[in-house]
Amino acid sequence: MFKSAMIGLLSMFAVLMLPQAAQAEYADVVINNYADAAGMRPVVFPHWYHRIRFRCKVCHADLGFKFKAGGNKITMANIIDGKFCGACHNGEISWSVENCGMCHSGVPGMPTQIHGSTVQRLVAPTYKSLDKPAK
Amino acid sequence: MKIKHFFLSVLAMTVLLAVGFNAQAAQAPLKEVKSAKGNVSGANVFNRLLKKDTQRNAAPAEDGIHDPANDGTHVLQPPLIAYDGLPTSEFGNYVDWVKSLDDGLLKPRYDLFDPTVEPLVMDLDIVREVKASMPDVVFPHKPHTQWLHCSNCHPKIFIPQRKANVMSMSAILLGQKCGVCHGKVSFPVTTASCTKCHSKPKAADWKPPKSEASLQNPWR
Ligand code: HEC
Ligand code: HEC
Ligand code: HEC
Ligand code: HEC
Ligand code: HEC
Ligand code: HEC
Repeated sequence: MFKSAMIGLLSMFAVLMLPQAAQAEYADVVINNYADAAGMRPVVFPHWYHRIRFRCKVCHADLGFKFKAGGNKITMANIIDGKFCGACHNGEISWSVENCGMCHSGVPGMPTQIHGSTVQRLVAPTYKSLDKPAK
Repeated sequence: MKIKHFFLSVLAMTVLLAVGFNAQAAQAPLKEVKSAKGNVSGANVFNRLLKKDTQRNAAPAEDGIHDPANDGTHVLQPPLIAYDGLPTSEFGNYVDWVKSLDDGLLKPRYDLFDPTVEPLVMDLDIVREVKASMPDVVFPHKPHTQWLHCSNCHPKIFIPQRKANVMSMSAILLGQKCGVCHGKVSFPVTTASCTKCHSKPKAADWKPPKSEASLQNPWR
């Protein structure tokens, strides 16, 4: 019993030592304005995957995504209206919205943020964006 | 039986951890690190602050932000599979996106529906003299207009007029000017990337800047 407890303790320690979010792919955006509160996992949007298929212009000029993590007030209501993710995730250009777990794939409780950003990686975490916070 | 004990103890530790995590984060425990000679205090570890990527381009289930308990997570594509064969870089996604596009290894759409629409590319370099020892900054419109639309930058981020914008490194690091994109989605600001922007050596060892137009007439 003692031995297995020790192994358990050690393995937990190993898990703890892993730098968690530090491994997220550069530019992955976690969007969690409403999802957690509504009992869904936060959304993870992978920039790398989309920029292989679309230029920035398509989303940030044509579809009107603002350059701000969490700054677009995306909801399921406007997604099924064909806005934001719904402009493509409609069963025509890409798979449709009933695949909830493909987008809502984040670890519960994660705040809205863009991963691997220079600001996030600074040693002194006192740096704050000069822009107004989202929402 | 052993297995069951193991899982029980892991479970117990997880609960303990969940409870103790906040307190722990607030004050990291100072453990003693034993070396061959003497006992060095945990306060004097070699790297107190340096964080390195332990694993580049981690697969979704291992990257710490995707929930492995979610079925969809395991259907997502691991980045390394997609990046196979693309030219590499030393920062960001570790992919040289500009070269990938130029070499025709990627063909991202410029239009939502029509894959044949070509981008409106403008080949114009803007040189910004830097009042410091760093090489001058060359802003190349070409790679930007391959990805972006003029309206992504003009007029909200930059007034479209040479020298009309005040820029500084601190603004960029805080996410303004070039930092709206660089350091978030396009290549980040880090030691290995300084010379991507600071690419025009000071007068002493001047080389022609990048665009075809300036190469043909370096004095314009
Ligand atoms: C194409 C990606 C995508 C898919 C697929 C998707 N969602 Fe969402 N969903 C989002 C985004 C983005 C948000 C905004 C998240 C936020 O700000 O918290 C969101 C928000 C939500 C919210 C909270 C806001 C609201 O509108 O009430 C709920 C609840 C939700 N989704 C449920 C679902 C369910 C259930 C499904 C499957 C039927 C689903 N979603 C599928 C992208 C998606
Ligand atoms: C498929 C659509 C899509 C494409 C293509 C795309 N983006 Fe994004 N971008 C998004 C979404 C979605 C967000 C998050 C917005 C939100 O959270 O409301 C975002 C956010 C951003 C942000 C804000 C980050 C922050 O935290 O302030 C920047 C900067 C950005 N994108 C730059 C780019 C650049 C540069 C490219 C091209 C290389 C690009 N994007 C391509 C959809 C896209
Ligand atoms: C410009 C069109 C477009 C927009 C806007 C868009 N997507 Fe996508 N997305 C795609 C396409 C195309 C695919 C690939 C689908 C396929 O494999 O059939 C995709 C795939 C994905 C994937 C799966 C990646 C993988 O590993 O397979 C996720 C997750 C995703 N999108 C999330 C989102 C979220 C969240 C949003 C909104 C914030 C969004 N997308 C907006 C076009 C878009
Ligand atoms: C990534 C951002 C970005 C994009 C996209 C962009 N520009 Fe610019 N542009 C700049 C910057 C930065 C300057 C230099 C401003 C300064 O020196 O203060 C500039 C300067 C200019 C100037 C002034 C040149 C001069 O000699 O005074 C013009 C004209 C211009 N851009 C037109 C365009 C057009 C047309 C497009 C689309 C085809 C475009 N820009 C796309 C960032 C951009
Ligand atoms: C609206 C977003 C945006 C802004 C603002 C922006 N860039 Fe970029 N930049 C990009 C994208 C996207 C690329 C393509 C490469 C990538 O994604 O890493 C790029 C590429 C570059 C490159 C070419 C790198 C190469 O490999 O050849 C240079 C140099 C550069 N940017 C400098 C600047 C400078 C200097 C500024 C500020 C005056 C600036 N950028 C502002 C989005 C932006
Ligand atoms: C995205 C492009 C970009 C990158 C990457 C970049 N710089 Fe800069 N840097 C600029 C611009 C633009 C200016 C302002 C030039 C001007 O005054 O017009 C600047 C200015 C400076 C200055 C002059 C002081 C100031 O704040 O104006 C120094 C010093 C400097 N950079 C150092 C660095 C170092 C060190 C790195 C690498 C860690 C770096 N830069 C990376 C774009 C960049």
